[in-house]
Parts: sequence; structure tokens; C-alpha cells
Amino acid sequence: MYNKKAVMIGIVILVVLLSSPFWVGLFGTDYKETGVVKPNQEACVENAAFMRAQHMRLLNEWRDQALRNENRTYVAENGKKWEISLQNTCMKCHTNYDGFCQKCHLSNSVSPYCWTCHIIPTEGK
Amino acid sequence: MLESLLVVLLIGAVAWIGSCIGLTAVFGILLPYVAVSVFIVGLVRRMIYWAKSPVPFAIPTTGGQERSLDFIKQEKFDCPDTKFGVVIRMILEVCLFRSLFRNTQACSFENDPVNGGPRVVYYSSKWLWVFSLLFHYCFLIVFLRHFRFFIEPVPCCISVIEAVDGFLQIGSPRFFLTGGLLLVALVFLLCRRIFNERIRYISLANDYFPLWLLIGIVVSGICLRYFDKAEIAQVKIFIMGLTHFSPVISGLDLNGMFIVHLSLVSTLLIYFPFSKLVHMPGIFFSPTRNLPTNTREVRHVNPWNPPKQFFTYPEYEDTYRDAMAQAGLPLEKQPDKKS
Repeated sequence: MYNKKAVMIGIVILVVLLSSPFWVGLFGTDYKETGVVKPNQEACVENAAFMRAQHMRLLNEWRDQALRNENRTYVAENGKKWEISLQNTCMKCHTNYDGFCQKCHLSNSVSPYCWTCHIIPTEGK
Repeated sequence: MLESLLVVLLIGAVAWIGSCIGLTAVFGILLPYVAVSVFIVGLVRRMIYWAKSPVPFAIPTTGGQERSLDFIKQEKFDCPDTKFGVVIRMILEVCLFRSLFRNTQACSFENDPVNGGPRVVYYSSKWLWVFSLLFHYCFLIVFLRHFRFFIEPVPCCISVIEAVDGFLQIGSPRFFLTGGLLLVALVFLLCRRIFNERIRYISLANDYFPLWLLIGIVVSGICLRYFDKAEIAQVKIFIMGLTHFSPVISGLDLNGMFIVHLSLVSTLLIYFPFSKLVHMPGIFFSPTRNLPTNTREVRHVNPWNPPKQFFTYPEYEDTYRDAMAQAGLPLEKQPDKKS
């Protein structure tokens, strides 16, 4: 093998870099569950699967409807009418900001810009 | 070209069907582990193979004036004659793709007024350089962004990358610029092969397949983020299970598109060491890039030459001294006059 020293250093650097997804986790903790604290109410605006996947889109549409189209009524899939309002509708049940929103957002590095306008709920702190 | 697209679509379809009929463990656990092993072992094997190959000639490519007389200015980084210069050239090559920057395109004119006949003009062509640079850096950033799934808690450097990447604040989830630009760059690189007839003539399946595969990965990734959304908390639990070698699959709700994305990435990893994509480590082994241009000062000995049997002049004289003396040839040492 020619240039043995340089090649070996190169191979070591390459293997360390390429296997980084496997060892980088050792610097943190394990992640086995989301630890979300669910609110007591039975049903959300839409069903749970939709809300899990699409809540950000729904919130975005609600913002556009309320602020740009002055439409404050949302008709859900099952025909139920909801008032379009983060403060009065969403956060009526989802009061626990740290236990609900932040649980998934923090660990998945999601930083929504809801709170550049809205006040972060503190739940009476 | 279409065959490569069909192969990629077929891989995607197989993964999709697999996830539908309950083979998620095969495509989600077995395949990624196999892929990563093949990827790393394959690359190391390839690097050792290259390191064992002798370089018979000194063939550095020159991009400027080589070191000559003192009053002639040397291009220190385009035509380096020292190890330090070579390192700088390599860094510039890897980080800025300097040799692509020199890309030219030949245009022929049938009836050119300047020549009064046919004429060939070599125009500087920077598009390949721009879009390959765009592609590689976007890919790097997209790869780094994925580290939010590999570590808990997410380090702030990843969040900073995401904040910069999504600074336009379009939509929710926020649109990441690099994801879109990556697709734009790939589509350019593909169109270049399809619409430029000279490049289409020399393009083969192993040129089209990686492009379609990467487009497949990017499109499925974009789809997962903006359209057919994966639940990223579940994805993170799944990925952390994989990287901690204790995969969990039961109780997780992974959608088909995620399995397609993962399978396409696994395909890329398996394909990587056996394709032209190994230019990643290969660039460091290129004799045209890693040899200094000192061919006039240092003799490059071909390592596979057999050991040379030298016959020096003193040995020659020792062998033929008497005959040379008889013929009256001049000698360094006269023969012993005993007889």
C-alpha cells in the first residue's frame, strides 16, 4: 500500500464521519416516547391522525382565514362548527404548553413562529 | 434514461407495497443495516484498493504556469510544486470545485464571418460549476439537518442551520430553501444530460440512475415534509431505535412514504461504493490532483518497474580492460603489466 499513513488517516476520518448518525446519539439521551400530556377532552377539531400530521397546516389556514379573510368559522370534516381562534379554541383544551406543544417540538427541533404574535401560555405561572 | 427512472420507481413501489403488506421490518430495519454495512465496508475496500494501485507516471494536471525561472510568476495553487501547495489545491478543489470552474463548451459555426468559413469557439461555461456546487452544498445541509433525528436533545447548531434554511418563513411546516434548491440543481443536472446532445451521446444508465435515485430521495423527502406527512415524533423514536441497535417497530405508525424514502436512501448507500459516486473519497486519490508539479526537479520512479540491473562504467572497464587496452582505447586504470 502506498502512502500508508495518509491513507489510514483518511480511512479513519471517513469511517468516523460516515458512521456519525450511530455514535452521535451517545452524547444525548435515548428517545423512546414523546411524553406528551394529553388534555382531558375527548375530541379535537379533526380526528387524532389528521391533527398529528396536519395540525401545522390547519393552524396556518386558520391564521389566513381569521386575519386575511375575516372568516372566524371553521367547518370540520364531521360537520361540526368551530370558532377559528388559537386563544379561545385550541388553547381552551391544550393549556399545557410545556407538556403538549413543546414535548414534540423541542425534541424534533421544530420552532413554529406562533409565539412571535401570540403570548406563550404559562398556565397561571 | 427511462430504464433508470423505471428502476427507481420500481424500488419505490416495492418498498411501498412492502410497507402495506406488513414487511416494514424488512424495509425499515434489515435494509438500512445492510445498506450502511455495505456502504462503509465497500468504501474502505475501495480506498484500500486504490491505495494499493501504483502510480506509474507523474501526471499532475496543470492549471497555470509551473515553477520556472525566478522572474516568471508561478501559479502557486493551480500548479503547485510543494506539498503545501498541493494541500491548498486539494482544499480548493473539494470545497469550490475549481476544475469545474475552468469548464468550457465548444461551439462550432458553419459559416463564421471572422474566419470566412467554419470556426470553433470555446466559451467559458459556468453552469455545471454553479449547479454542482449548489447540489453538493444543499445535500450537505440537508444531511446535517437530518441529525435532529439522530440525537436527543437536538444541539443548537442544528437549530441554527434550520433557522437560516427556513428564514423565509413560508408556510407551516416552514419551507426549507435547501430542499427546493437541491431539487432544482438535480433537475438541471438531469436536463443537461437529456437536452445537450453531445452529453446525451456519452450518457449511460450509470449516469442517469444516480440522478433519478437522488431525485426520488429528494421528492419523497419533500413529500414527507409538506404533503404526505410523516409523524416526526414517531419517526424519531424509530430512527433512534435503529441507531441505538435496538430497533422498535411495533406500535409505531410509520407511513408508506417514509418507508419509500428510507428504502431509496438505503439503495443509494448500497449503490454508492460500486458507482461513480465514489468520487467522494476518490478525489483524494486522483494522481492528477494529489501530485505536485515538480516533474522537472524530482524523478518519478514507476513503482512496478523491476529492480534495475545497472552496469556502471568502472564495472564495464573491469570486464573488458584487456580488450580495450589491445584496441588502444583510453582507460581510467591501466591493466597490470605482469605478462
